[in-house]
Amino acid sequence: MWTWFYRLASPPYVYRVASAFTPWLLLTAAVAIAYGLIDGLAFAPRDYQQGDAFRIVYVHAPAAWLSLFAYTTMAVAGAIGLIWRIKMAHALSAAAAPIGASFTILALVTGSLWGKPMWGTYWAWDPRLTAELILLFLYFGVMSLRAAFEDPARGDRAAALLAIVGVVNVPIIHFSVQWWNSLHQGATVAKFGKPAMDASMLWPLLAMLLGFMLFFGAVLCIRLRGEVLNRERQASWVRQAIKA
Amino acid sequence: MSVGALQAMNLVLRRELCLSFRRPDQLLQPLVFFLIVTTLFPLGLSPELSLLRQMAPGVLWVAALLASLLSMDGLFKGDADDGTLEQLALSGQSLGAIVIAKTLAHWLVSGAALVIMSPLVAMALGIPVTAFPTMILSLALGTLTLSWLGAIGAGLTVGLRRGSVLLSLIVLPLAMPLLIFGANATDRAIVGDSPEGAVYFLAALCVLTSSLAPLAATAALRITLE
Repeated sequence: MWTWFYRLASPPYVYRVASAFTPWLLLTAAVAIAYGLIDGLAFAPRDYQQGDAFRIVYVHAPAAWLSLFAYTTMAVAGAIGLIWRIKMAHALSAAAAPIGASFTILALVTGSLWGKPMWGTYWAWDPRLTAELILLFLYFGVMSLRAAFEDPARGDRAAALLAIVGVVNVPIIHFSVQWWNSLHQGATVAKFGKPAMDASMLWPLLAMLLGFMLFFGAVLCIRLRGEVLNRERQASWVRQAIKA
Repeated sequence: MSVGALQAMNLVLRRELCLSFRRPDQLLQPLVFFLIVTTLFPLGLSPELSLLRQMAPGVLWVAALLASLLSMDGLFKGDADDGTLEQLALSGQSLGAIVIAKTLAHWLVSGAALVIMSPLVAMALGIPVTAFPTMILSLALGTLTLSWLGAIGAGLTVGLRRGSVLLSLIVLPLAMPLLIFGANATDRAIVGDSPEGAVYFLAALCVLTSSLAPLAATAALRITLE
């Protein structure tokens, strides 16, 4: 029953699987994001306090969620690579890092665009903003550590270790900045009991979240193919795959 | 002759201390850096004592973080360059014990020295004497935690040519909770509030890193050494 797991360690197999998944992930992501955008931007009711400005949540919240999800993906893949010495897990970890950093930047930018009309400033030293900014620094650290090694195998393992240390530290950073200062609103969706959001606003948000997840999967597959090709550029199967 | 793990730690610790005291200039550089950075703030902002007192905890902690980071680069570098580190790793002793001894030695010559010097800087920044015990305790806990975090970073970057900038990029984001709780504890002590909560947090972070960071730093060294 573990053969599927072992097969994931084989570069040609990973390359084929990633290639096969990419169009489906892109298609479903496009459908979910299209529904979420149309319903969220055009049909969801205006917020009674924030007016139309609240609609940026349909990009901001999924991006912020994905910034953490991508970090977890990167760290878990790195841990798998460290423990079982699977090179493809390191390739996945390396592929996830820049995507996660991009989502972090997107969350920061959309948040500050929303902050200008709502809080009257593009940037406030608010705990959530600060934690997100620190997360971006952690991404930069992992990415530049991987790039700093001449031997890619060592760079992979060093970056994986740093990502794992970061996972231990992210909750600590999160709570420390939360107690330090607070302005951002509390949790709205991921709260026990009834969500503090009307269903007509919530559905497009959930669709956008799903769409962003699928989009992340699609970009991850595309980047993973690139990583695999780059790492295996000496292998004969790569030449055959490119000719075909 | 076989040597136990504790004895090996003791030997490494004494060797490190001996080496640093033979080169007093390297020992003093982070301390002078600490002094200079704290001098920059009154010059750049305002020499007004009431204003300085408000910012003193932050200034003190940022300067301590930077000064402690400055010496972190050399934690494993000298030994890695001349091959001593590989010999230590091959000696049959647990590499973890050696990492713990080296980090403690590093803390004694950088962190503890900063803590001893901090009252002088605190006085100049207008921190009242009643806040000194809290400030000293929080700085002691904070610099030790930072030494552990730095050991991970130094272990990861030891083989790299331009490791020192990368080291700061890696360690500083991880050290931000220290800055928050450390400055908060000192701030509360200055105002006269009870600083216990923040100090307990620093102690918790110190215990957490003391138990987990040696593992991570050892794993990092194994990656970069092999």
